[in-house]
Amino acid sequence: MQQTGWVSGAESLTYQRCGTCRHVWYFAREFCPGCGSRDAAMREAGGRGVVFAVTKVTRAPTKEWKAHVPYTIVLVDAAEGFRLMAHGDGDLQIGDRVRLTWSRPLGQPIPYFTRP
Amino acid sequence: MSWLLGVGQTRFGKLEGQETLDLMSSAAEQALQDAHLERSDIDGLICGYSTVLPHLMLSTLFAEHFGLSPQYAHSVQLGGATGFAMLMLAHALVEAGVAKRILVVAGETRATGQSSDSAIQTLAQVGHKDYEVPLGATVPAYYALAASRYMHDFGIPEAELAEIAVLMRRNAVLHPDAHFRDPISIDHVMASLPIATPLKLLDCCPISDGGVAFVVGWEKPADVALRIRSAAQAHTHQHISAAPDLIASGAGISSATALRDAGIDLGDVEYAAIYDSFTITLAMLLEEIGFCERGMAGRYVRDGYFDPNGSIPLNTHGGLLSFGHCGVAGALAHLVETARQMGGRAGTRQIAKLPKLALLHGDGGILSSHVSLVLERTS
Repeated sequence: MQQTGWVSGAESLTYQRCGTCRHVWYFAREFCPGCGSRDAAMREAGGRGVVFAVTKVTRAPTKEWKAHVPYTIVLVDAAEGFRLMAHGDGDLQIGDRVRLTWSRPLGQPIPYFTRP
Repeated sequence: MSWLLGVGQTRFGKLEGQETLDLMSSAAEQALQDAHLERSDIDGLICGYSTVLPHLMLSTLFAEHFGLSPQYAHSVQLGGATGFAMLMLAHALVEAGVAKRILVVAGETRATGQSSDSAIQTLAQVGHKDYEVPLGATVPAYYALAASRYMHDFGIPEAELAEIAVLMRRNAVLHPDAHFRDPISIDHVMASLPIATPLKLLDCCPISDGGVAFVVGWEKPADVALRIRSAAQAHTHQHISAAPDLIASGAGISSATALRDAGIDLGDVEYAAIYDSFTITLAMLLEEIGFCERGMAGRYVRDGYFDPNGSIPLNTHGGLLSFGHCGVAGALAHLVETARQMGGRAGTRQIAKLPKLALLHGDGGILSSHVSLVLERTS
């Protein structure tokens, strides 16, 4: 499947919603993982959500990422009903209401959340 | 019915000058010796994978190297759950009559065969290649995310997780083959290098070299008879971003199924061999399986409940956290120790009451793949 959203290099956060069973999901595919329907419309997320989990990473995997430690990785529950992994402000806490911006630590845009 | 006929294991740690096939061969030789079998007695072979020796056909590569001509060979890949999945597969194949005596072998030079950056990058690939890995995520970071939420929900302080690391080290101190044998305290764990909050270096298992092998067969052994009583799996997701629930990750399903199929209750279990890639992993698995209430694992550990001579002896070799983690063979060291404890062959580590029933549980990915087994000593 052709990549969409920030994965394709755009400042865009996309998700899908099944026209048959209403299931909502994040990782792009051509069918609904809930019911198998191919009515799997791609939508643009509004960028609002709540922090589900948060970690500040000090041990980075690569030379490129080591230049950016510590960086904060979050799981955010988007208002539309899907969960995504992203970066965020270092002081984010579980339960914080957050808003999407973009960051480019390695050049390509990645989703970044801050408190409004 | 299937029986564990013999086990073998190399030392874990940094084993300079060895390669994957060396460690696999050494463990396999020991397992055959322990089972009083020759190479020609083996008609089935199951291997896992080696991150430093990626190969399309590791089982037949090993068969040729070691000098086996099995009628059945197979490699298995299920991350950290691979070892116990191989045990389950060997059990199922023997029960189905596909093979009579299956050698299961794992091993790799995960520590000395590559840089730690390389190991960390390879392991991080269990995350999503488009949506997670490009964020600079690592396996510790994935588990740290789970830890942050779990500790938040159940009010677990970091010092309680540290109890788990201290217990695993205390057990490893008694094992001559363990990767780490210097005693540690809660203060050591709390002061260890930050990796991904709330996880610190001593909350994480090391990257080790090592090999483990065992034989599963159809004849009941004459001396100590260890029977694989039941086995079950559950797979609810691959990626932490897509996990339907951190509280019901699948460990509860697979362990309940294994206990039910064995016709026993958790209260009948006298030894626990539980996957412990991180302190949080062991806490979450113990709690989901039901050994203690949610949020209480650290306190149970502190109170001695999981001590070698406590109510439920747990990973008495030191677990992945201190005995070491060399990939597929990592969790199989849990099996070797279980067999030795059940057979009264654990030397200075021998627990006072020989366990009759043990529960083994493996976890692969980010609490993604679960395998549970019940092992029984019948004589």
